[in-house]
Amino acid sequence: MLVENRKKHVGEIPTSSMADIAFLLLVFFLVTTTIDMDKGLGIVLPAEGQETEVSKKNITNILINAQNKVMIDKEIVDVSAIKPLIKQKITANDKLIVSLKTAPQTSYETYLKVVDQLKLANATRISIANQ
Amino acid sequence: MKFSRKTKVKTEIPTSSMPDIIFMLLIFFMVTTVMKEFDGLPVLLPSAHKDAIKKLDTKRHVTHVWVDRLGTICINDKTYKIDDVRTVMWGIRAADPQLIVSMKMDKGLKMETVNSLHQEMRKADALKINYSTKTIG
Repeated sequence: MLVENRKKHVGEIPTSSMADIAFLLLVFFLVTTTIDMDKGLGIVLPAEGQETEVSKKNITNILINAQNKVMIDKEIVDVSAIKPLIKQKITANDKLIVSLKTAPQTSYETYLKVVDQLKLANATRISIANQ
Repeated sequence: MKFSRKTKVKTEIPTSSMPDIIFMLLIFFMVTTVMKEFDGLPVLLPSAHKDAIKKLDTKRHVTHVWVDRLGTICINDKTYKIDDVRTVMWGIRAADPQLIVSMKMDKGLKMETVNSLHQEMRKADALKINYSTKTIG
């Protein structure tokens, strides 16, 4: 009878193409994955209302004016000269805080060059001052 | 004289476990992939030395802020005025406490824009900043 016949049909999912499908997905994710991460100079801003007083001898002022000239402790220096200078200062005083002051018209490029130099000199305490 | 091999060894790579291996690779890439979400603004990034640069180790907690030469601010592909940055960043910061802000700012920008942006970030409590740069040296 027809009714008995039905029981013999067992549904099966074809698994032979499974590897192909997996390969396809794999290739898709391989292509879309980007390994290169964002990179840059990291800083941590001070939280609001966290301004603290520090004694003057632990501070080195770096000023950058609107003409992108850099001044460390009342002396105009070249950007590339910042690294050895700050390194020297840090070895002399490990509590040193570098205070970075910029003019409104200072270019961001120069500012970042200075931050770059400070990072190269392993200056961890950098304060970004505001007028 | 003719040497005959003592044993006949068939060399075959077992392929039965291949789908499993592929699946494992697949799952690895699926987990690690973060799709590129935003296009941003056209900016000329400044450059910094390799030793000074820090790589962001995650993409999940990063919010991108673009600021182009004209001072247009773009956060996650929407442009905002400087007054709105605080509110927007506060919202993002509240959703993700581990937030890192990747600032992609044009090198021609003036510090007044950068500083006011810093102040807004501070007010929004988004304190971890990464100045996006190119690498030199």
